[in-house]
Amino acid sequence: MTEIALEQTHAPRSGIFTIAALQKAVAFVVLIALLLFFSFASENFMQWSNVVNILQATAVNGVLGVACTFVIVSAGIDLSVGTLMTFCAVMTGVVLTFWGLPMWAGILAALTTGALCGTTSGLIIAKLKIPPFIATLGMMLVLKGLALVISGVKPIYFNDTPNFSLISPDSSITNLFPNLEIPNGVFVMFTVAIVASIILNKSILGRYVFALGSNEEAARLSGVNVDFWKVVTYALGGFICGIAGLLISSRLNSAQPALGQGYELEAIAAVVIGGTSLSGGRGTILGTIIGAFIMSVLNNGLRIMSVEEQWQIVVSGIIIIIAVYVDNILRRKS
Amino acid sequence: MAGRNTKEAGAAKSGSQDRAAQAKPLVELRRVEKFFPGVHALSNAHLDLYAGEVHAVMGENGAGKSTLMKILTGVYQPDSGEIVVEGRPVNVPGPRAAQELGIGIIHQELYLMNHMTAAQNIYIGREPRRGFGMFVDEARLNADAKALFKRMKINIDPADEVGHLTVARQQLVEIAKALSFNSKVLIMDEPTSALNDTEVEHLFAIIADLKAHGVGIVYITHKMDEVKRIADRITVMRDGQTIDTLPAAGTPISKIISLMVGRDLADATRAGGKSGDEEVLRVSGLNCGAAVRDVGFIVRKGEILGFAGLMGAGRTEVARAIFGADTIEGGEIHVHGERRNIRSPADAVKLGIAYLSEDRKRFGLVTPMSVRDNITMASWPRYTASKLWMRDGALRKTSAEYVDLLKVKTPSVEQETRLLSGGNQQKIVIAKWLLRDCDILFFDEPTRGIDVGAKAEIYKLLQGLAEQGKAIVVISSELPEILRLSHRIIVMCEGRITGELDGKTATQEAIMTLATQRQGIAASEERAIQ
Repeated sequence: MTEIALEQTHAPRSGIFTIAALQKAVAFVVLIALLLFFSFASENFMQWSNVVNILQATAVNGVLGVACTFVIVSAGIDLSVGTLMTFCAVMTGVVLTFWGLPMWAGILAALTTGALCGTTSGLIIAKLKIPPFIATLGMMLVLKGLALVISGVKPIYFNDTPNFSLISPDSSITNLFPNLEIPNGVFVMFTVAIVASIILNKSILGRYVFALGSNEEAARLSGVNVDFWKVVTYALGGFICGIAGLLISSRLNSAQPALGQGYELEAIAAVVIGGTSLSGGRGTILGTIIGAFIMSVLNNGLRIMSVEEQWQIVVSGIIIIIAVYVDNILRRKS
Repeated sequence: MAGRNTKEAGAAKSGSQDRAAQAKPLVELRRVEKFFPGVHALSNAHLDLYAGEVHAVMGENGAGKSTLMKILTGVYQPDSGEIVVEGRPVNVPGPRAAQELGIGIIHQELYLMNHMTAAQNIYIGREPRRGFGMFVDEARLNADAKALFKRMKINIDPADEVGHLTVARQQLVEIAKALSFNSKVLIMDEPTSALNDTEVEHLFAIIADLKAHGVGIVYITHKMDEVKRIADRITVMRDGQTIDTLPAAGTPISKIISLMVGRDLADATRAGGKSGDEEVLRVSGLNCGAAVRDVGFIVRKGEILGFAGLMGAGRTEVARAIFGADTIEGGEIHVHGERRNIRSPADAVKLGIAYLSEDRKRFGLVTPMSVRDNITMASWPRYTASKLWMRDGALRKTSAEYVDLLKVKTPSVEQETRLLSGGNQQKIVIAKWLLRDCDILFFDEPTRGIDVGAKAEIYKLLQGLAEQGKAIVVISSELPEILRLSHRIIVMCEGRITGELDGKTATQEAIMTLATQRQGIAASEERAIQ
């Protein structure tokens, strides 16, 4: 109403003093604190083999978290990422084991399946106007069922394609640095994160994702084809789930059709802990990756301290609530 | 007989003082003043209401009627002034307190919970309980509501879900709710806006019954015919002040209108220059729900066309329908002489049509995003490399140019738009459409929420755009604004165009007359004014 604004605005530019940066920092500080705590609590924690375990364990959740970040920043939600990942893995199994096609065909199968299923979710949301929560809840069950049907409720092993382990558990980097036994899956995750970060921040899609999440109606009235960009957002999320499907099936050397449900909540938790707002318009890929690491460090550390698994789950839940609470407080201060 | 006549004449002449001798007013508001940040909403507003009286409160949009009613019902606290109920000065700290004082209000928009029953709505928050207060006594709840409806002589099943009732019946439920507090004072804010003629008659019958039972009614309306029919006295407000209180009988409508608008126009310069002849937009037979009925008009190049009317006249809906934001039921739109189908805002934008909403924060800007992104939003695809990557450098450069051009006050183009003032936000939205090469611009309340200095700047900007050959439609509820800017003025009332005036010769009175010209009563009223 009046010219109140100008004084209080020493522009929150991209910098270390922005709220977004602070949130990333909060998540980062939590991560460091957890690492320090577990290092002192157990000498096994910082063993190289355990660090590799943590990295390996983060890969799948990290990639799924990245998929969810796009959707959540656009003010949507995707509950189907876990079972979509499994469905993609099963389709890879079909191509590699049932049909005996070469490895590239299996990879392509997972990625196209992911993108197509994501497109379907997007179309249901944009064209049928079904709320994302319900649309992807439906997709979650449909894909879970289809994975079981197609696989015949049995794991599909990739014994005919020995090279498939290159995707995740193998460590190609040992060819260069023999002592650095980091599995390829970890590099896949970081690559996905970096590319996704560039897409979110630098591409026209990313810009529309933020605009949709901040104020969809204003974007629509600006002449933006919001339906189209919504579909693209979910399609990209689905594509990334395809990558997660490759990671998990490579690591298990099989497509496990019963797996998958529950992964979506872990992924959403990573996104939220990383400071992305569930109401959309705000979020970072880096935050999500840090969030995914917090979850896996927590699980790993508590296990090493011989905390019962039941209690690990309790602690994870508490961490999620605290993360969102801190997020709210910081937001109110801004 | 003679005695009664003189008494009435006396009351008619000097209003409250004479009546005060006989009875104390039910409610009196004295010298009420209210400030909002940057706005002096009420200064020296007063109103008195007697038992068994219908007291109409009239005034233009923004005259302060609603604010005054919100003070009476405890929604706002006055900054100074007195509220006197039956001779006692009182505080009304909240809506609950108003209810306890016997002051009820029926809002213009209905505040009902659609998924609950009529009875549950009426007694929400004070349900009869049973079983140690743990359960709602549904039977008594429904019986109470039924008794209430019976008293009002209306036939609504208390167990019906409110969402299933017609709007008129929902209104009756609101009235029942207000009556259930045993209100002695009932405020009705444009109660007939959603009712048809039969329903209006029913409402008037209920009002007559309430009067007979000694309830005092404050009746807010824009509709002159209603006032003439049911009001005993009329208070006219303007610019936050009570201008006059008159007896309804014997006061000509023209007098009321001139009291409502009587603002000095001295400072407002009229639209200068001459508009072009080239027709850029022709709309005919446009229909969109009840809000837009058979609307047709043309806009020419270099012209500012004003759309005047009262709130709810359908002007915003016309703009939204043309822009493709709402689905139209019929009508033709010609852009630059060609018939076009506009199904979405994206279609409209491609044809160079832009709509600047009155609610910038909701519909105009993505406020958490930067000035740069907001100015360029409608043009992003033009600023990409290989159709994929944003060229942020180019975005920055272009938006900086527009920031200079429109003199937007912002520390940088990276500033979040939510941190800018209203006037600067409006300039950002204008820049967005200029950058997108739009040449038909609909401005909906272009200066709402913008302070006086910035207003003049926006006016200059609009006039400059028209001179450059843009076709501009300005929707405004502020008559001086319409008169100052428009080459031609179209006036709407209840979804229809009721007249067109020349910008040079139009007067506020002429606009108000057309704006209140409901179908049917139009002709006779117009004659009365002339």
